[in-house]
Amino acid sequence: MGDFDFQVIIENLPFLWQGLQMSLLLTVLAMLGGIVAGTILALMRLSGVAPLSIFAATYVYLIRSVPLILIIFWFYFLVPLALGRPIGSFYSALIAFTLFEAAYYSEIIRAGIQSVRRGQVQAGRATGLSYMQVQRYIVLPQAFRNMIPILVTQGIILFQDTSLVFVVSLRDFMTDSSIIARTEGRLIEMYIFAALVYFVICFAGSLFVRRLQGARNT
Amino acid sequence: MDYNWNWTVLFQEPYLGWLISGVRWTFSVALAAWVIAMAVGIAVGVGRTVPSRPIRFICTAYVELFRNVPLLVQLFLWYFVVPELVPDDAGRWMKRDMPNPEYVTAVVALGLYTASRVAEQVRAGIEAVGKGLTKAAYANGLSVGQTYRHVLLPISFRMIVPPMTSEFLTIFKNSSLALTIGLLELTAQSRQIAEYTFQGFEAYAAATVIYISIALLATILMHGLERYSRIPGFISGGR
Repeated sequence: MGDFDFQVIIENLPFLWQGLQMSLLLTVLAMLGGIVAGTILALMRLSGVAPLSIFAATYVYLIRSVPLILIIFWFYFLVPLALGRPIGSFYSALIAFTLFEAAYYSEIIRAGIQSVRRGQVQAGRATGLSYMQVQRYIVLPQAFRNMIPILVTQGIILFQDTSLVFVVSLRDFMTDSSIIARTEGRLIEMYIFAALVYFVICFAGSLFVRRLQGARNT
Repeated sequence: MDYNWNWTVLFQEPYLGWLISGVRWTFSVALAAWVIAMAVGIAVGVGRTVPSRPIRFICTAYVELFRNVPLLVQLFLWYFVVPELVPDDAGRWMKRDMPNPEYVTAVVALGLYTASRVAEQVRAGIEAVGKGLTKAAYANGLSVGQTYRHVLLPISFRMIVPPMTSEFLTIFKNSSLALTIGLLELTAQSRQIAEYTFQGFEAYAAATVIYISIALLATILMHGLERYSRIPGFISGGR
């Protein structure tokens, strides 16, 4: 263990940074897409319209029963087939992550919406706002403010999950680390370094969440 | 969309056999890892609530460490790195003589990772029982050990059955990561069938249906357990 080679890490930093950017990009885009789609699913679920809420509930249940890797494989296979031409693995992965995260975000958002008291909805309706207006101006702004810590926590989980694009060789931080590990024959250095980077980012993120919660509780 | 449907491929040999063997591996990884996750997770979760500061610190460090590194990285660390870091003899044994290295590694990695999540549920359960009961137990002259054994654990274990259900489902899903170190579990087998037969739709659909059945089965089993273990008057059965 005396010959831990820092050189291999330093030499490959630009390559690793590229991978990390890909991981972060995928995280941010899938998070935004997931929150938008998740909000729609949550509103469908709570709409009280049977077909919509059954659809949303089934979607969430199905996605949450299946491993993320299988979903990545599904879209890796389905997206080019549906479009009739190959597109890069980035878009397949992005679609897979967005649709996967939507199921998880919709549960968070549903709980957030339900945390807004019913009286507020009734008051809104009583002053003549439509259902959509009540959601838009009264419920969602408050719900999202309550949910910020959990949404960020889910974002951290998503960031860790993006490492799974390794299975379709999309060049994220994990894939790049393992490419260097194998070509340079430096498995120990690269995987420990990868673990360290993920740890620092995720731990910092969880401290940030704790601060958010602390700020809200006072 | 051009696609030649051929569902019969799933019932032909060797593909049917592949699927069955994949299901077997998924179950044996998930169940064995669950045993580790429960044992370590309960110990660590309890450790985070005990009065002793050093024990609390170690257990908190465990949870933070295992929660903040992706499972895939952990799996690679156990598979590629740990055999190099342990003493030579042990390393040689792990690399050469250990039976079923992919299986053992996957079980250990998944078990210890899930333990950190189980620990959080256990801690939350113990904290939810409340300080009042703990103080009442001490006031009655119970020792720390007795308080845990007779008051905190019996109540909190019954309260955390619902969140544990979802951890139990998660371990099945996470067992799919074992394919990255070459273990041919269900997801890997379905992909292999897709690659051999070009019937990706059928192959992935088969795996999806099987995973959903596992989830349904686990949900039903745990629902039964939930009803059985529910404490009247405590939150889970309430309202």
